[in-house]
Amino acid sequence: MSTVKLTVNGKSVSATVEDRTLLVHLLRENLNLTGTHVGCDTSQCGACIVHIDGKAVKSCTTLVGQIDGANVTTIEGIAKGDQLHPMQAAFRDNHGLQCGYCTPGMIMSAIDIVNRHAGDLDEETVRHELEGNICRCTGYHNIVKSVLDAAGRMKVAQAAE
Amino acid sequence: MYETTYHRPASIDEAAALFAKHPEAKYLAGGHTLIPVMKQRLAAPSDVIDLAKIKDLIGIEATSDALIIKAATTYYDITQSAAAKKAIPAIVHLTSVLGDPAVRYRGTVGGSIANNDPAADYPAAVLALNATIKTNKREIKGDDFFQGLFSTALEEDEIITSVSFPIPAKAGYAKMRHPASRFALTAVFVAQTKSGEVRVAATGASQSGVMRVPAIEAALKANWSAGALDGVKISADGLMGDIHGSAEYRANLIKVMAQRAVDAAG
Repeated sequence: MSTVKLTVNGKSVSATVEDRTLLVHLLRENLNLTGTHVGCDTSQCGACIVHIDGKAVKSCTTLVGQIDGANVTTIEGIAKGDQLHPMQAAFRDNHGLQCGYCTPGMIMSAIDIVNRHAGDLDEETVRHELEGNICRCTGYHNIVKSVLDAAGRMKVAQAAE
Repeated sequence: MYETTYHRPASIDEAAALFAKHPEAKYLAGGHTLIPVMKQRLAAPSDVIDLAKIKDLIGIEATSDALIIKAATTYYDITQSAAAKKAIPAIVHLTSVLGDPAVRYRGTVGGSIANNDPAADYPAAVLALNATIKTNKREIKGDDFFQGLFSTALEEDEIITSVSFPIPAKAGYAKMRHPASRFALTAVFVAQTKSGEVRVAATGASQSGVMRVPAIEAALKANWSAGALDGVKISADGLMGDIHGSAEYRANLIKVMAQRAVDAAG
């Protein structure tokens, strides 16, 4: 057992857990943040993606010890109160989901993609960059549309800040 | 996953001392092979020794002769490195088509070559360029490093500290990606050294892991062009055949990927 200290969605968290604990299990089972999903459990589907120190990584392939002291943001931490994050709003407006299981991971990946390609996103880039996220319902078309729409909204939101 | 004890040493010496104390330990780098294998209970190390935060294992530098990538440098950092892009653009390209963005934030060069997956990307670059692998004990040439599926010249407790890639006159990498895993169905790294030697390595093809391709090397030595490979026949003997592609299909892919790699190298 080890004690890890993290900041999760802006709040300090301390947990004493077995060393084999994966971040996704800490989030879901200890912190009751069940928006982060386990999909494939083989590091391929991306349903478990969260931000660790601003980078979109797979929480099912991260031991909690590896990120002791880190800043974690999950799908629950991106809206501002009742106001959805521009990426969440774009997914809703463009019908970028069907069953919704992959959506939290898609959104966390997509925010990272927009952050890395500020103002320079086209459809081909989005499709290439979403390779680590698997969706079995939508055929990706509306997901790509959502990300491109959100890229514009995030630029506007940033300019307003 | 079975129980294990996690360690985060601050230095290479501290990591080696921990291994000496826990002989059933495994070193952990990006964790994108070891952790899935532990989850499947195919590996059960008593202790996991995390190398990813050791400062002496992170960084990229280029000299006039070599691109030196320290072992725990992440793929993402390599794709962002202006020094790497200038020194050996083929390596940056190889890194940019490896895994997916989330994997590239975590995966490391040292982890890739220590694991020596038969379909991994970096072994092809290390073998084609005959890179020098530095460890906490010695230096090993790329020619001597890979010893079959998931086997290398490394001793159990040895730690890769850096990989030094000689800067070639020309180099290119082309990969047929498996659409789900992003591993190479077959990929080829072609290189022409500054002294005019041609070296070609294929990954994802052979049953014994990364391999040189003498027939393609000879043809390119005589004439460095994609067209020079039109008549080359690659034998399917010893190549992998599975539901994704037969050995004959992979043999043809070696030629086609080599042609694309030569075109990319210019």
